[in-house]
Amino acid sequence: MLRTEGLTISFGGHVAVDAVSCEFQPGSLTSIVGPNGAGKTTYFNLISGQLRATAGRVLLGDEDITGLPAPYRTRRGLGRAFQLTNLFPNLSVLENVRLAVQARMGKGMNLLSMAISHRELSDAAWSYLERVALTQMAQSPAASLPHGDQRKLEVAILLALEPQIFMFDEPTAGMSVDEVPVILDLIRSIKAQGDKTVLLVEHKMDVVRSLSDRIVVLHNGKLVADGEPAEVIASPIVQQAYLGMGSGDE
Amino acid sequence: MLHAILSGDVPRSKVLAAALALIFFALLLAPFVFPTVNALNVAGKICIFILLAASYDLLLGYTGIVSFAHTMFFGIGAYGVAIVMGRVAPDWGGVLLGGGIAIALSVALAALIGLFSLRVRAIFFAMITLAVASAFAILASQLSTLTGGEDGLNYRVPEMLRPAFRLFDGEILGIVINGRVMAYYLTFAVSLLLFLLLLRVVNSPFGRVLQAIRENEFRAEAIGYRTVHYRTLANCLAAAVATVAGMLLALVLRYTNPDTTLSFTIMMDILLMVVIGGMGTLYGSVLGATLFLLAQLYLKDVMGAASAATSGVPLLPSLLHPDRWLLWFGLLFIASVYFFPTGIVGRLRSLAQRHRLL
Repeated sequence: MLRTEGLTISFGGHVAVDAVSCEFQPGSLTSIVGPNGAGKTTYFNLISGQLRATAGRVLLGDEDITGLPAPYRTRRGLGRAFQLTNLFPNLSVLENVRLAVQARMGKGMNLLSMAISHRELSDAAWSYLERVALTQMAQSPAASLPHGDQRKLEVAILLALEPQIFMFDEPTAGMSVDEVPVILDLIRSIKAQGDKTVLLVEHKMDVVRSLSDRIVVLHNGKLVADGEPAEVIASPIVQQAYLGMGSGDE
Repeated sequence: MLHAILSGDVPRSKVLAAALALIFFALLLAPFVFPTVNALNVAGKICIFILLAASYDLLLGYTGIVSFAHTMFFGIGAYGVAIVMGRVAPDWGGVLLGGGIAIALSVALAALIGLFSLRVRAIFFAMITLAVASAFAILASQLSTLTGGEDGLNYRVPEMLRPAFRLFDGEILGIVINGRVMAYYLTFAVSLLLFLLLLRVVNSPFGRVLQAIRENEFRAEAIGYRTVHYRTLANCLAAAVATVAGMLLALVLRYTNPDTTLSFTIMMDILLMVVIGGMGTLYGSVLGATLFLLAQLYLKDVMGAASAATSGVPLLPSLLHPDRWLLWFGLLFIASVYFFPTGIVGRLRSLAQRHRLL
């Protein structure tokens, strides 16, 4: 179980995430919505360790991970896919995923064996590429992929980490219409495993509605609504704070 | 077999494979093919600088760390051996003692410098290494009771490596196997072994993490690699290898001074060798170091000949005068970086790939 307690970060005088307390249960998918600049990605960064909180705590199970650097959080099962594609551009598609498998299996400090001789790592990496339908591009440099495929690779890297908690930051942004279902089906299948916690930042309301068990609304860094999808979407504060402003774009 | 020795890192270009084979065999047979004292010194220097450049490439090309402290570690190795040879005993125990202390000191310093990389950005890290290296160079010239100051140290090396030593009476292929030849083969063997070790390291799971750090440090952290540990280990490893290169230099030259080991010029030379050869390819260090040293040593002779040959033409003889060699040396580098931005190895590989595709 993942929990934040009064999680806050301020940059100069600007409070980007303001005392957000929230709990995320295994087997559930929670969407975090809100207008641009509401602090959704910043909230993610605080949970996955890219940013350090000014105040408040992040708890994973019983452990306080607020001060823990990102790599250690990843190793404890917090997996994060990024909003802006964030790959190893000149390494091959397969190598991008292989590195994630290697990180999870803790083989990075092996200096004297050949990486290519670790078949278990590349075989596993290959299986994640299969799940996002990218095996045909396995040998191409990540930077040479079209945008939609880079997004898929981003998700494959997340899958390769085999996390307990999946954090998707706008996984379908910029994807063409026919590519979106691949990613949505993947997210559904993760949810269907029953023991994984999924956090999703997403702008497309139809996606949010069809996937979520629960919706959390952030506005100006504050948690302003939290509950069942239908209930939250219907609430006046959401109609005003988010749907009124944000609908139509993105 | 060869595949395992090269750690699966095959040249991927016939021209590159041929060039590497040529350099390998020329160095392997150097005492027999180039039997003058001067040529043997050049061959030994090439071995040492291949190793030094390769260890620098581990940082620059593979991990994306810009450091100016690499000659410091080179110097620590050379002075470590020199001081013990000169002040304690010129024997193999002394080499081990001096080398052991030098490697320990280098690794400790590299770890300290590496830990700085936790907090600072690349440019500041480069500045820190520059400051540390300069301080060390000043220290070496000021502590003259220990280091001989600007004059450096002259000392005796283990008997087997002295020019007067004979392995046995008689000759092989017309060559007396004396201490110079022994010193050369020691250099060649150690350089080759450590080069192959580096080749293994860059192709290991660890080496892949270094490349991931070079490509996107932020993401490497996000998938679970504590990058500061990897960078620090890479720093220590590169420093240790540079230290051994320095030890070899001290044994071959039988003198050590700031100019041969610690000067900023050598730092620039290593940087150029790696860039010209091709960063992040280790084989680039082989080509870069070889071409660089040959150009540095023989360009003057070539220009002297060219100057004499054009003596009738106006202006050309004075442009080609051996005193202008640095000008031409500089132009050669600008041209090579301009035409081969990915280095010679990068260029050869992309040509070979294009050839395969067409």
